[in-house]
Amino acid sequence: MMKMTKHVIPGFHFTLGITFFYLSLILLLPLAAFLLYSSGMGMAKFLDVVCDARVFHAYEVSFGTSLAAAIINAVFGLLLAWVLVRYEFPGKRIFDGLIDLPFALPTAVAGIALTTLYAENGWLGRFFYAAGVSSAFSVVGITIALVFVGIPFVARSVQPVLKDLDPSLEEAAVMFGATPWQTFRRVVFPELLSPLLSGAALAFARGIGEYGSVVFIAGNLPYETEIAPLLIMAKLEQFDYQAAAAIAIVMMALSFLILLALNSYQRYRVRRQGV
Amino acid sequence: MKAKKWLAVATGLLMMAGVMAGCGSDAGSSGESADGQTFLNVSYDPTRELYSDFNEAFSKKWEADTGEHVNFTQSHGGSGKQARSVREGLEADVVTLALAYDVDEIAATGLIDKDWIKKFPNNSAPYTSTIVFLVRKGNPKNIHDWDDLTRDDVAVVTPNPKTSGGARWNYLAAWAYAEKKFGGDTEQVKGFIKKLFQQVVALDSGARGATTSFVQRGQGDVLVAWENEALLSVQEDPDKYEIVVPPSSILAEPSVAVVDEVVDQKGTRKVAEAYIKYLYSKEGQEIAAKHFYRPRDEEVAAKYASQFPKLTLVTIDDAFGGWQKAQKDHFADGGTFDQIYEKK
Amino acid sequence: MQKEKGALGWALIGIAALFLLVMLVLPLVLVASEALAKGWQTYLRAITEPFAVKALYLTLEATVLAVISNTVFGLASAFLLTKFSFRGKSLIGSMIDLPFAISPVVAGLFFIMLFGRMSPLYPFLRAEHITIVFAVPGIILATVFVTFPFITRELVPVMEAQGRDEEEAAATFGASGWQIFRYVTLPNIKWALVYGVILCTARAMGEFGAVSVVSGHVRGKTNTLPLHIEILYNEYNFTAAFAVASILVILAVLILVLRNLAEGRAKRGESHDG
Repeated sequence: MMKMTKHVIPGFHFTLGITFFYLSLILLLPLAAFLLYSSGMGMAKFLDVVCDARVFHAYEVSFGTSLAAAIINAVFGLLLAWVLVRYEFPGKRIFDGLIDLPFALPTAVAGIALTTLYAENGWLGRFFYAAGVSSAFSVVGITIALVFVGIPFVARSVQPVLKDLDPSLEEAAVMFGATPWQTFRRVVFPELLSPLLSGAALAFARGIGEYGSVVFIAGNLPYETEIAPLLIMAKLEQFDYQAAAAIAIVMMALSFLILLALNSYQRYRVRRQGV
Repeated sequence: MKAKKWLAVATGLLMMAGVMAGCGSDAGSSGESADGQTFLNVSYDPTRELYSDFNEAFSKKWEADTGEHVNFTQSHGGSGKQARSVREGLEADVVTLALAYDVDEIAATGLIDKDWIKKFPNNSAPYTSTIVFLVRKGNPKNIHDWDDLTRDDVAVVTPNPKTSGGARWNYLAAWAYAEKKFGGDTEQVKGFIKKLFQQVVALDSGARGATTSFVQRGQGDVLVAWENEALLSVQEDPDKYEIVVPPSSILAEPSVAVVDEVVDQKGTRKVAEAYIKYLYSKEGQEIAAKHFYRPRDEEVAAKYASQFPKLTLVTIDDAFGGWQKAQKDHFADGGTFDQIYEKK
Repeated sequence: MQKEKGALGWALIGIAALFLLVMLVLPLVLVASEALAKGWQTYLRAITEPFAVKALYLTLEATVLAVISNTVFGLASAFLLTKFSFRGKSLIGSMIDLPFAISPVVAGLFFIMLFGRMSPLYPFLRAEHITIVFAVPGIILATVFVTFPFITRELVPVMEAQGRDEEEAAATFGASGWQIFRYVTLPNIKWALVYGVILCTARAMGEFGAVSVVSGHVRGKTNTLPLHIEILYNEYNFTAAFAVASILVILAVLILVLRNLAEGRAKRGESHDG
């Protein structure tokens, strides 16, 4: 076993102290209060709430649309980052700056703007509806809203890594006669996999919890377009804090597991590369 | 090593002190001590304009009567959400919410006296409203009564009763109609409501969201809405919408109450009670009527009679045995609303 | 870096631009066109209205405080996660990501349950006249909560790619922790840090869900800009709602311009050194 406490670089306890303290204050303490408050419900009620058919369906909608949005964002986020780092073209800076806008725009405003755009009488909605796709008040609409809120995650995760990538490797590959696709596939992509996954996972996790922008475009019909966060609100509206907590806990646990798996995978990759 | 650990702890404490200092100074500046009392009315969404006018009128009157300057503030949101905020510690002097159930829920925590509904006249509801239909101009789908909402060619917009107080009034109004129609046969009533909700194209989370879906997005043929909201929409756009008043509906009584624990602690009971009494005065009733709420005062009601057509109204107490029972039967988990959405 | 593009390059740029146009630019154009639908006069009146100005101040205050404390935390935690090996590292990393996994609405509830009326702390806070939720401190805490992973998230991949060699070398030569951080680590992560701070700022300004739960919506007191927008929207005052929303967009653009300026200067500085 390696010795865990001796580190070459100084500052371990200092940074650990700050990190741990801040996490306790901002995250763990409120989380503990929340769990304490909801612990009164007992297992039976917990299961009763979370296994309800309607709740289950809401999870399906939330996870399905978030997954779809995360995949779309992974593809386009990678593309955006690639274009921004590798090419010079007019308007590049504006292009670059735009990517952060979904963060700055309050989710409610985003929801309202997107609904206006994609509703049957909207600028884009009319094309979708003409093609027979209901782009608002449907799962398509939810996915569109989630793609919007998730764009920056992937692009901004990949961008810095791509920027710092050592160009000599690629040059070497090209010199040895690799096609651009082979170079990308074998040399560049493996380097980008970690930030790409991390970005997509964050977009996914964000999508599951997203409420503000989705309620406007969702239509909120039970068994069709009802998302899990909306059910939390519905339970709260009945002053049933515990039922709301139960749904929230399931969502949190699932998202947390996804993020934990991702972090462990990255740790594993780093270790393997380190050898 | 030990010294470093202490350094870490010290830094953590410093950061916390920084955050707290930031917070502390804000808490100080937003405190109540500076200039006169502040007074908070926690209300629901559609009353924003009403209470903005009312506060102005009342603050003049209060200053003239007592010489005290009171800073009146208001807070608005979904009725249930607002009630929750008060339960969770938002220091409201008075609450003016969409339905008695929400006030009951605050009373359940001891913040408001259990008998609040008897503290002021008319079930502590100084103004009323009802549920009507808003349709597109010319009423192209020929909608006149609740039956029309269950037709296959009619698309309905109404908010979700689980998340919106207003929507619960809508639901109960339809239920009361069906109950009368089928002579109390619950299965048939449920079938009727189920059919009605099958015609629903958008189930927004709040009353104002539903109005927006109908007005801005062009969803649906008919919006089931508060009368005051429908009148407001028609006033904004008289060429595009019109109101259809069904022959029968429900008497919606938005409730008001003094938050006893807060006013006793702040010493604002006198002004809080005067505030609510002023709602019942001629001036208060006039302001309510101007904002499309049906006044209780007969004289004011007569003056605005043309604005509020007569219709048969059932009350929540007569038809449903009060809000607690209505909530339990219809909107709690497993209630009739859940049943009509049960997957077969 | 390859400069020559070719057909593939242009095609990629084209697709990316189209995606941005449909997903991002059109909503912005919509906000702008709605904001100006009734002319400049109405627009100016909407954004200079006292409640809007008050909301803007509150938003800026919460954003600045949240970003400062999150920057300190972000640097410390990223350093910890990338420069040291220790047990429980994955756990800490995942804990930092947790706010992403938590619905903002639920995050708001956390603080309500910790500091609100149902909390065991409440009688004490009440006696000391400390109000946290439904007041400004609660808004700041909620903002900090939803934004604290951003900076760490931006720094970790870059610092990981960087490795530890340089820091270890410096340490062997007897540099202190602060010196290593200041002269070795910081120059390497400068841009990732700037990105992180920008994301954090932008997100803090726009946060809606969590703040909405802890705010209490008291007009002129605890309404942030996003909440004010919702209020205007609910008043059917769409033009004013979009006008106020455009302030947030302008603020975001302003930050991005500043970043670009800083980036340009840094690049000149680097080429000078080299």
